[in-house]
Amino acid sequence: MGKVAIIGVGQTVLKPFSPEVSYKEMIFEAAVKAYEDAGVEPRRDVESFIGVSEDFWEGTSIFDEYLPDQVGGALRPVCTIGNEGLAGIASAAMQIMTGQIGVAAIESHSKFSEVDRPLKVMQMAFDPILNRPLDFNPHLVAGLEMARFLDGSGAKRNDCARVVAKNRRNAIANPYAAYPARVTSELVLRSGETFAPLRKLEMSAPADGATVVVLASEERARKLSDNPVWIDGMGWANDTPTLEARDWARARYAEWSVKQAVRMAGWAAKKADLFEIDDTYAYKEIQHAAALGICKPADYAKFITGGNPPINASGGSLGCGHVLDATGIFRLGEAVEQLRGQAGRRQVRGAKRAVVQSWRGVPTTAGAVLMLSNNDGSPAPAGKGAVA
Amino acid sequence: MRRVCVIGAGITKFVRRAKETGKELSFEAARMALDSAGMDIKDIQCVAEGTAPDAFDGMHMKAEYLSDGSGAYGKPYTRSYVGGGTGVFTGVHGWWHVASGMFDTCLVIGEEKMSSCHPHPQGAFVTIFDNFTERQLGPNLVWIFALEMNRYMTTHKIKKEDVALVSVKNHGNALDHPSAQLGMKITVEDVLKSEVLAYPVQRLDISPTSDGAAAVIYCTEEIARRYTDNPVFVDGVGWHLDTAYWTDRDLYYPRYVEKAAKMAYKMAKIDNPRKQISFAEPYDPFDYKELHHMEGLQLCGKGEAPILTREGVTQRDGDLPTCPSGGALGVGNPIAATGVMKLCEMFWQLRGEAGKRQVKNDPHTAVAQAWGDLMQVGTVVVMRRGGEHP
Repeated sequence: MGKVAIIGVGQTVLKPFSPEVSYKEMIFEAAVKAYEDAGVEPRRDVESFIGVSEDFWEGTSIFDEYLPDQVGGALRPVCTIGNEGLAGIASAAMQIMTGQIGVAAIESHSKFSEVDRPLKVMQMAFDPILNRPLDFNPHLVAGLEMARFLDGSGAKRNDCARVVAKNRRNAIANPYAAYPARVTSELVLRSGETFAPLRKLEMSAPADGATVVVLASEERARKLSDNPVWIDGMGWANDTPTLEARDWARARYAEWSVKQAVRMAGWAAKKADLFEIDDTYAYKEIQHAAALGICKPADYAKFITGGNPPINASGGSLGCGHVLDATGIFRLGEAVEQLRGQAGRRQVRGAKRAVVQSWRGVPTTAGAVLMLSNNDGSPAPAGKGAVA
Repeated sequence: MRRVCVIGAGITKFVRRAKETGKELSFEAARMALDSAGMDIKDIQCVAEGTAPDAFDGMHMKAEYLSDGSGAYGKPYTRSYVGGGTGVFTGVHGWWHVASGMFDTCLVIGEEKMSSCHPHPQGAFVTIFDNFTERQLGPNLVWIFALEMNRYMTTHKIKKEDVALVSVKNHGNALDHPSAQLGMKITVEDVLKSEVLAYPVQRLDISPTSDGAAAVIYCTEEIARRYTDNPVFVDGVGWHLDTAYWTDRDLYYPRYVEKAAKMAYKMAKIDNPRKQISFAEPYDPFDYKELHHMEGLQLCGKGEAPILTREGVTQRDGDLPTCPSGGALGVGNPIAATGVMKLCEMFWQLRGEAGKRQVKNDPHTAVAQAWGDLMQVGTVVVMRRGGEHP
């Protein structure tokens, strides 16, 4: 099984609205940045292109039709993976591990501001016979899940509010973030209870943006890159799609994903120097941290104030904005910057390992985990500088 | 790279309007594939799903909805998607799960339920067009394929009678397929007299809209030996997607299919496809597409496919049978399931298990292909039986 490296990342600044660009222009910007970062010429070097998208968010059926041109993929191997962005990364990594593909590019984006009735789109994801006729707001599912999670897990309402305060504050140092703010947990607890016990400020707000990531085989990465970030482990899994049958207290998809990733990586998730984990809703960060074995829900407050590796130094989805299926890939971008020592004011000193985890959102139970490191134990390539 | 084996196949009946939900169709195909391999779902490590536009079922994130029916509960599961090319691409998608070394077994499944789209799924296709430049014109697929068919026929001076022979052959072949929706004995005359939809496309030139699912089981050679003496190998995969600006391309020849085929042939070490391939399952949602794709697949020169068809070479007892299953025209065309049906057909034919559909040339190597998007994508899978091959 060959190793796979991330050799380039390009992303646009996340914004609540982006009327000045079309989705194609937005993707083009991210692609140009990623190829520049990786030092590759897409028409010559990139052998596979993967887009991660869903038709209803795009308002276009068979959306892969409209991907090739702006990423340099016309008349090349291109496909769509319909899942969370990190599962798209996993697909590209597997293509490379077969030995048939040397360099692959993965794209995902959100043009949420152009979705006319997003709640209606989300409702279309519910079982058409059993759930959809009830015509409820999709975020209600998160409210119910939060109630179940708070009941007996040891997590407290105040902890959920602290997640919001922490992440939005972290986002102030992130130039890509759409929603940086100084918010206190008191203010969060005073915000309206939209889907009790879920409060307005505990829900991440949508944003527009695109990310492109370039992956390479070990052989190609060593030739192309001075600072490759290695995919040590990856895992993804689905729990049941049926609302009535799932375990509402735990994020089992995350437990299964991390188990697979750890088996491949050979190091425990909590050994990472930083964590980028899903915080679509504030309680999800605590639930996912528990699923990954980082800390128990009851110890969450102690963990984040105790000088431990940071959770969501980027600002998370609460601070940066939620970019649909691009969310995991966007956060992967943060992990790569950190592992290269390029994260500026957010930099975690000496970061060597990172864990990125994602979830597809309501009403799904699809999640993925990537485990990354910047050190494969081998010397820097001849003639090039030491690994940063 | 690990060699990937196929050890089981399953399919539902293809019908115009299934009473089963998409989940139930998926379950039925997956169960049959597992049974045929002698496996249980616990033996499957991951699932590769293929399903085409969400607009058919009105299901957002359709793969998530289908996941439990597709056997993905508690498993790594992703959906791949390239429009009409999805079915065969699912065979590529599953291939990289096993060939990469990540997994030893993979359930490859394609599902489509088009009948949920009222009054007719063709209406959903208006949403595949560019939202600025094309959608306002209210186009549909029959129109644009009429343009392509016309261009192909005009370039090579092909007569409609010759194109109609494909429809006659595939509808006839489907009579022997137990899952077929439209197996029937028709004549060239019937095709030429059928209702004109958008000239030169007539009703019997087009595959039906269908509901259905199909599945195959992939595994490593080591695992395959535990279950069968007679595995089939996935020896080549290829896929290419052309520019979205289809109006800027010459439609007489599918260059993306050529690129995809060459990618798969290179991997399978095929340098002379005309000699080394025993039979083909090219995508035939329209009768002219089978011809178009035979040329893209390098099974004959440009403009030669109608001649081979006229001479009977592509019949089941010919030298190069095409769509011995009955194809999309005859078996039916539940988009993603159609492509997987073609993978199933390669599996059965190469094992000599195709019954009345069995081709007569002792097949050792086969190619399946699908096509879709805006006349834009080619997806190709090459399979072989065990032993030595020319």
